[in-house]
Amino acid sequence: MFKIVKQLTSLVAVFAVLFAFTTETMAAKKSKTLKNTQKKGFVRCGVSQGLPGFSNADAAGNWTGVDVDVCRAVAAAVLGDASKVKFTPLSAKERFTALTSGEIDVLSRNTTWTLSRDADIGLTFVGVNFYDGQGFMVRKNSGINSVNDFKDGISACTNIGTTTELNMRDFFNSKGISYEPVAFEKADEVVAAYDAGRCDTYTTDKSGLAAQRTKMSNPDDHMVLPETISKEPLGPVVRQGDAVWEDIVRWSLNTMIEAEEYGITSANADMMKTSDNPAIKRLVGAEGELGAAFGLDNEWSLRIIKQVGNYGESYERNIAAPGILPDRGPNQLWTKGGILYVPPAR
Amino acid sequence: MKFNIKKIAPQLLTLLFVILVFGFFSYNAQLNMENRGIDFGYGFLSQESSFDVQFSLIEYDGSHSYFRAYLVGLLNTILVSVIGIILATIIGVIVGIARLSSNYLIKNTAAFYVEFFRNIPLLLQIFFWYFAALRALPLPQDTESIMGVFYLTIKGLFVPAFIWENFNIFIYSIIAAVISIVVIKIYAKRKQENEGKQTPVFLISIGLLFVLPLLSFLIGGVSLSFEIPVLKKLSKTSYIYEGGVGIPPELIALTLALSLYTATFIAECVRAGIQGVGKGQKEAAASIGLNPNQILKLVVMPQALRIIIPPTTNQYLNLTKNSSLAAAIAYPDLVLIFAGTALMQTGKAIEIVSITMLTYLSLSLSISVLMNWYNKKIAIKEK
Repeated sequence: MFKIVKQLTSLVAVFAVLFAFTTETMAAKKSKTLKNTQKKGFVRCGVSQGLPGFSNADAAGNWTGVDVDVCRAVAAAVLGDASKVKFTPLSAKERFTALTSGEIDVLSRNTTWTLSRDADIGLTFVGVNFYDGQGFMVRKNSGINSVNDFKDGISACTNIGTTTELNMRDFFNSKGISYEPVAFEKADEVVAAYDAGRCDTYTTDKSGLAAQRTKMSNPDDHMVLPETISKEPLGPVVRQGDAVWEDIVRWSLNTMIEAEEYGITSANADMMKTSDNPAIKRLVGAEGELGAAFGLDNEWSLRIIKQVGNYGESYERNIAAPGILPDRGPNQLWTKGGILYVPPAR
Repeated sequence: MKFNIKKIAPQLLTLLFVILVFGFFSYNAQLNMENRGIDFGYGFLSQESSFDVQFSLIEYDGSHSYFRAYLVGLLNTILVSVIGIILATIIGVIVGIARLSSNYLIKNTAAFYVEFFRNIPLLLQIFFWYFAALRALPLPQDTESIMGVFYLTIKGLFVPAFIWENFNIFIYSIIAAVISIVVIKIYAKRKQENEGKQTPVFLISIGLLFVLPLLSFLIGGVSLSFEIPVLKKLSKTSYIYEGGVGIPPELIALTLALSLYTATFIAECVRAGIQGVGKGQKEAAASIGLNPNQILKLVVMPQALRIIIPPTTNQYLNLTKNSSLAAAIAYPDLVLIFAGTALMQTGKAIEIVSITMLTYLSLSLSISVLMNWYNKKIAIKEK
């Protein structure tokens, strides 16, 4: 009998723990994510497994890229230190599950904003940090100069679990060309297989093609065809159901873009406090109470600009300087002929 | 029966605990999915999948349903498992027997093979066969043909396609041959038991398997022609073979890696099985005048099989489950198509992962049932 009593007590203990856990998860608190992040002391951010210019780790494990900078901006805003980010490299297949299951709090991984993703699977897209489109890479000596040169039987390497797979089908179907899709789980394997000659063309977002071209054994042998076959607005994603956290991530990104619009850089941000322009003063926290709405202090946006820089600085540092896509194309401010246009911070 | 609370209470409590844990997890999942606005349901299976697949045994393209895509993946998994199991068994048996050879060279080559291949992680071997072998293969236009009809290129192995006429008659002739072999076997066994005379069943079987299909060609109206692959130009520097059947390099690399890896374990099972038969058995068999062939066939193998089959079943199960590593090299198996692409496009993680797990479970259980049946058949029967 004594044995049973002992077993019972251990069972009760287990249930007590489980119960405590459930009451915690069931308690609907205002921005649980913000609270948890501040308690942990770091932002949990999902990034790619290595896409130069967007999210890429060097030999020492330091992450850089425009997607990485969004995470750093959030960390600067809510924790005061842009370096307090824990990066989780995710495959295209894993990314949404990692976010919805709560393993990460921000997904900033060159992810295309589509209706079904936004509405269906418990995700919310907060904005666009890169306007992209799907293209094709071919070997220069192949004599293919346009997608119109594609013939029946062409093999195309790509990643699984992306909009790329769907666009590719739409494209080849509309052209009436039969093709062989060779889809890998990781980008490195796609590059290796295409590089080895397994496929005639490699298709993904054009930014991705430009970045992956640098990984080929001989980058100069390859070129990206001029045609763009889809719209791919890439941006950060958060879980549905935490409106405050969603706003924080959205406005961290917007701050970077608006800072560029007003000419505020990491170098001159402090001096801008004495600017005559109220819009600039609001952005650097010298006027208004913008942070209060998120439960943050008033210098959250100043910290983003000082520690991470504005969007232009981030683009220059990560994408233009390494020679991936020196021409900003549509990713230029609306005032300079691009389509970057964010709502005003006021 | 005496009701013993001391015995039953812990079991009931354990059962209750298991139910509660499962209940808690499913409740928690339900709650969290509701909070995050995720619907649960299997309705997506009938929706249009809108993605294409490289290689499929049944007719499929993106206009078919997700369920059809699931079938494509399942069949591809079964295909690679079946080929892998057959190849691994053949290599395993040969290497296992070779390890017991008295020839120094054969024995040590076999031992080296086993130690080398079973001690390297399978995923690495798959990558090796895919990327190293892939780079070594020529482009389609540089390929020398094998016997004029086979072409092994970086884009796959291209073989002639069989074009049959009256294929069903050919199949009937094979079925007829198999039935008559079974009948002859039963007859031969009875004859040996009654009269002690042996019939050359093996030779007769081979003859039947050859003659009956041949008759179907000669008088049954069956004919077979081949469609040989032809080189086709895609662009200035890229080519592909058209016509015939193209076997993707992903399938070849995966089959090779899986069977070479699993064969090492099967070889060890075979060696253990043969060594497990007592020396006295062989000596006793020799003393009643059986020749070495008969000793192996009638005395050693029946006993060795009892030791070999159970661990070999495990290896078959392992091979089937390991085939899910296909996703790494773009072979469109169940994991890549269904738990990969379909999961991504629908976002139905719990539904798809549960279906995939159930599928692998059923596959494994089917293999187990089959092997257990065989194991029982060869087990010692007390007479």
